Amino acid sequence: MRINEEGERFPLTMYDWDAEKGTATVVCQAIGVSTKKLCALNEGDSILDVVGPLGHATNTEDIGKVICVGGGVGTAEAYPIAKGLRKNGNDVTVIIGARNKDLVICEESLRKFCDKVYVTTDDGTYGQKGFVTDVLEKLIEKDTPDLVFAIGPAIMMKMVSEMTRKKHIKTLVSLNSIMIDGTGMCGGCRVQYDGEVKFACVDGPEFDGHKVDFDDLTRRGKRYSDKEKKALEHYEEKCRMGLEK
Amino acid sequence: MREQDPKQRIKNFNEVPYGYNKEEAMAEAARCLQCKTQPCVQGCPVEIDIPGFILAIKEERFSDSIKIVKATNNLPAVCGRVCPQEDQCEKVCVLEKAGKPINIGALERFISDWERENRSEVNKENIAAGEAAAKVAVIGAGPAGLTCASDLNKMGYKVTIFEALHKPGGVLAYGIPEFRLPKNIVTDEVDEIEASGVELKNNYIIGKIKKIEDLREDGYKAFFIASGAGLPYFMNIPGENLNGVYSANEFLTRVNLMKAYLFPRYDTPINVGKKVAVVGAGNVAMDSARSALRLGAEKVSIVYRRTEQEMPARIDEIHHAQEEGIEFHLLTSPVQISGDETGEVTKLVCLKNKLGEPDSSGRRRPISIEGSEFEMEMDTVIIAIGNGPNPVLLETIDGLKLNKWGNIEANEENCETSIEDIFAGGDIVTGAATVIAAMGAGKHAARSIDKFLKS
Repeated sequence: MRINEEGERFPLTMYDWDAEKGTATVVCQAIGVSTKKLCALNEGDSILDVVGPLGHATNTEDIGKVICVGGGVGTAEAYPIAKGLRKNGNDVTVIIGARNKDLVICEESLRKFCDKVYVTTDDGTYGQKGFVTDVLEKLIEKDTPDLVFAIGPAIMMKMVSEMTRKKHIKTLVSLNSIMIDGTGMCGGCRVQYDGEVKFACVDGPEFDGHKVDFDDLTRRGKRYSDKEKKALEHYEEKCRMGLEK
Repeated sequence: MREQDPKQRIKNFNEVPYGYNKEEAMAEAARCLQCKTQPCVQGCPVEIDIPGFILAIKEERFSDSIKIVKATNNLPAVCGRVCPQEDQCEKVCVLEKAGKPINIGALERFISDWERENRSEVNKENIAAGEAAAKVAVIGAGPAGLTCASDLNKMGYKVTIFEALHKPGGVLAYGIPEFRLPKNIVTDEVDEIEASGVELKNNYIIGKIKKIEDLREDGYKAFFIASGAGLPYFMNIPGENLNGVYSANEFLTRVNLMKAYLFPRYDTPINVGKKVAVVGAGNVAMDSARSALRLGAEKVSIVYRRTEQEMPARIDEIHHAQEEGIEFHLLTSPVQISGDETGEVTKLVCLKNKLGEPDSSGRRRPISIEGSEFEMEMDTVIIAIGNGPNPVLLETIDGLKLNKWGNIEANEENCETSIEDIFAGGDIVTGAATVIAAMGAGKHAARSIDKFLKS
């Protein structure tokens, strides 16, 4: 997606869609310039460029018992996966993790089709106090699932993968590397995977969590931290002057 | 040709050569011998009537001149700037023997720039096809796709170009920097192709949004795949995933397509350290090195495994890079990129080479010298060693034959592939080559598609 002429191209996951109406829904957290620009749009405004869906589609058929773990805004990406899995008759449990109560999203919509939804918050303001891995640990102790899906911050996906590795539970993670074109053209989203280089945009976004080098992913995710801050300051200054909304 | 002074130009992204003024162009045109045999025309992949357009410049019939050029070339302002004329038309110019071939590229640039400045004098016509005309889909709005689409449109077909990115132009938009090819020129020439009746759909990835088979159902009767060389190669050496390592594709796309050189006015950032190494010595490597310099790098080095003789870049571009102070480390192969604990690049570790016997490309093979390892301090490393074929589209077409590198197997003369209604040309067939070679393929494909649709 690219919001306006000056905008970056950035990847978002489709939360929901309606082919008949021709609509797609995305969920994002307004953190950087691009997401702030997107969230500042009102009904009737337009987005300059949208392309997709890109990458490989998620397989939701004939899996069996699945635990979907969503961390923060990643819960919005776990939602369509959980929904698809349920629709195809799989047994689905969802764990939502957030820093605090205000950041818990999608709980109600998930409960509509899934009766096993657990919520954790880091500060205990809602649900169980602690991390998604606390719930996951107990669940997999009781009953081994066929698959764990983890979507959220790199550190969360790492912790989940470490936990399931010991029990040899197949684990898929959805990687959100920095991308430009999203078609394999630039290689900016490359990840270390099982000793090889993979492109998250065309080879992914889903990868076997036991083979991803999360430290590399985390480090590469921070490579523009300074510039992102600067871009945000620039944007906020423009908003203050009334040049952007 | 007059050029921006190297000391000045390394601080800006403005075009380097100024181009001929009217007097210079007419004087240069007057030197043309108007040979009966026209070797220059045979040297031109898009078959421009070169003596014809030069004669018109000499006689100050500028409107006629640009019409002659445009009869076979829809991107003259682009070609006048980026074609390797020294290997094509100018190489076979009769005056080349005396060491002073006609500067055909500069004349082509002059006459197309003249037209853009004097638009009203030239009639533009929309030659859109009628409803009954057969529909043709062109995939990729780069040089090959644009040329093929424009030619088919002239032949009376209804042509739609599907472009994956948000802007048309392909490598002209994302790859070649502003100082070598100003983007407003690309926009103008593409606009003109659109205005003539070609339909252009940006943000439209064939293979993802629709497949070729879907387009067949939509009524398209023939397909030209010109998706370019869109998957960067890496060296597969330790350290390539460090934060300061870019593929040339990423580096140039950030700078050109996303305008990172205007950050923070444009949102896309780029990190260029003080010391930058560019691995490779083609045009893309030169473009990356010269862009890095303009983005504030203090020292930029080209690292190349062979010698100056084997460098694939245009001589002009190598000269420009040398004038601007780019260092050349030849007979040098990187073996490792070292970094610090935060993941930033600190050093490029290399081996020295000597040249051995010629390899399959006819160039002498570099052989590393044992014990010659040395380090160079670096902040940024840009890998410009070429691109492979992008699989996004190709893996969705059943039965399309690929060669051992994964490029489409297509007849170079007529662009036919293993599937009857699919034609292919440009970098997706040849691997990374030149803009003009891709345009030549676009021309051949248009003729073959016409023949196919009439049979």
